[in-house]
Amino acid sequence: MLTHYLVLAVKVLLRRKFFTFISLFGISFTLLVLTVVAALFDHSFGPGAEEPRQDRTLYAGRAIMYGPHNTWSSNGGFKLFDRYARDLPGVERLALYQNSHTVHSYLDGRKVSSGLKRTDDEYWRILEFEFLEGVPFGTADVAEARFVAVINRATRQRIFDGRNALGQTLEADGQRFRVVGVVEDVSEMRSVPFADIWLPYTTAKTDGYKREIMGDWNAIALARDQAAMAGIHDEFNSRLLRVELPQDGYQAIVAPFETQFAGFARLMPTADHKDPESQVWRMVALLLSLALLFILIPTVNLVNINISRIMERASEIGVRKAFGAPSRTLVGQFLVENILLTIIGGALGFVLSILVLRGLVQSGLFTYAHFTINLRVFAYGMALAVVFGLISGVYPAWRMSRLNPVQALKGGPR
Amino acid sequence: MIQLKDIEKVYRTDRIETVALADVNLTVGEGEFVSIMGPSGCGKSTLLNLMGLLDEPTRGTIQINGSPIARYADRTLAAMRNKEIGFVFQVFHLVSDLSVLDNVQIPLLYRRMSNGERRKRAEEALDRVGLSARIHHFPSQLSGGQQQRVAIARAIVGRPRILLADEPTGNLDSQMGDEIMAILGTLNREDKTTIVMVTHDQQKAAQTERIVRLFDGRQVN
Repeated sequence: MLTHYLVLAVKVLLRRKFFTFISLFGISFTLLVLTVVAALFDHSFGPGAEEPRQDRTLYAGRAIMYGPHNTWSSNGGFKLFDRYARDLPGVERLALYQNSHTVHSYLDGRKVSSGLKRTDDEYWRILEFEFLEGVPFGTADVAEARFVAVINRATRQRIFDGRNALGQTLEADGQRFRVVGVVEDVSEMRSVPFADIWLPYTTAKTDGYKREIMGDWNAIALARDQAAMAGIHDEFNSRLLRVELPQDGYQAIVAPFETQFAGFARLMPTADHKDPESQVWRMVALLLSLALLFILIPTVNLVNINISRIMERASEIGVRKAFGAPSRTLVGQFLVENILLTIIGGALGFVLSILVLRGLVQSGLFTYAHFTINLRVFAYGMALAVVFGLISGVYPAWRMSRLNPVQALKGGPR
Repeated sequence: MIQLKDIEKVYRTDRIETVALADVNLTVGEGEFVSIMGPSGCGKSTLLNLMGLLDEPTRGTIQINGSPIARYADRTLAAMRNKEIGFVFQVFHLVSDLSVLDNVQIPLLYRRMSNGERRKRAEEALDRVGLSARIHHFPSQLSGGQQQRVAIARAIVGRPRILLADEPTGNLDSQMGDEIMAILGTLNREDKTTIVMVTHDQQKAAQTERIVRLFDGRQVN
């Protein structure tokens, strides 16, 4: 019976080419947008090669300091994390690093721009980079403020023409550093591991950062296990209540340790920035609402097209009912047709998504990004296509199945 | 085989109430070939639809093979139509996207049966109506008479004991109409299929065993 339905479905779709095109366009375009957005999210926040232990890693960066009249929003300062995040119970390792910022150097009259990040040595132990040459800088390098650097493949290519870079020196931020390691490029969208050049934070030109509560620093806490994560979050929040704040009208500071996605959610306008508790649910509600709205429009459209398409086949419905098709079986038949249509639309959407993601990578819009549609996103997309097919097919099929056979044979309801 | 008792069928809209059938009492015995005649709008097709369980009477009872039909569930009615009744319509009602063979298989889709068996039975039915050579054609590639023969093959493929034909020759010229009548006559004689046929044509009705006449929704003798 299924073969019969599928054969008929294909014939109907081929006969009504314009309708098929409109339906497929709606489905594939919707899925294209959702899949590309999902791939971007997955690329930014999913477990990546450099952050394999995300399931037990917490991040703190964004800080809000506020009082009755003032609000200061930026990253936390070195002092905030160095003084208050050390020795948190349940933390296996703690790393501090500065936001990446662009520095320019000149090579044979050429201006070379690079993303520079200053970090401590623990940074290299929590994250797992693929080293093409050498090793990361270590505890002694940081403690003794040695002018050493780790660079990525692209920087080696730009500065050393791709030749072996170990032991070579390069200029960054007006200082000269000796290359001790070369790592594979990391996407700009992965803000924690991304940079072109990594330097020990102790090589900064001044040590003013050591006294700052607010600044451009971040902390990564690797928890002993997942069970310890809530305790780390709570303990740091309670320590923040004791932070000595500047005397100019600030009363509290919020800079919670949370997952990267939760940190991103905190940036959304929907978030309550002064609440140290997770804002993820607001973000998820916003994303789901947007996704639902985005799905709803083509779904309603598809429902309309399906109703007219199915009602056009009223005579066939009448014949099938007359020859013994129960209503439920007919609903099944039209759902099979609709699901087939949405699966074809879904497959088209995926092919288009791959092309669009490839285009995004080639456009250079996102430095070093390599977007891929992984199995998880693919599975979500296909599940979405099927749900899409069910939603847009159930109502028309149900309406059709309620048709009286005599009415159906006469061409449908008047 | 078919028993209708005190049947009344009324169509109601917001403003109008139309009595399509009133006080119809009719029994069709097993193996009978009965025709229903009457002017347009007298309720012939309505009566046939009630016999075929495609519609419900407003009042009265219907019995098929001794089983009274009283508010059967959709699934039960569907199963009875599938096993006991075959339909032939004036406008054929073939599914244009399906081949002749696939059209004929439709009633068997709703039975537990292998694809091979389904195909074999459909080929046999098409053979009986003389269309073995056209099984891969589509309805649009056939003449009116051939389309009606496909429709008859579809009606008999499930080997129903009752065949209900609503003006089966109404859209055909006289020669094709005669061919269709010949097929129906053979089915009635050889298979003992009970046939009820609605017709306007006195000549065709004369070929049946009994004529039931309707006027304004009532039986007339």
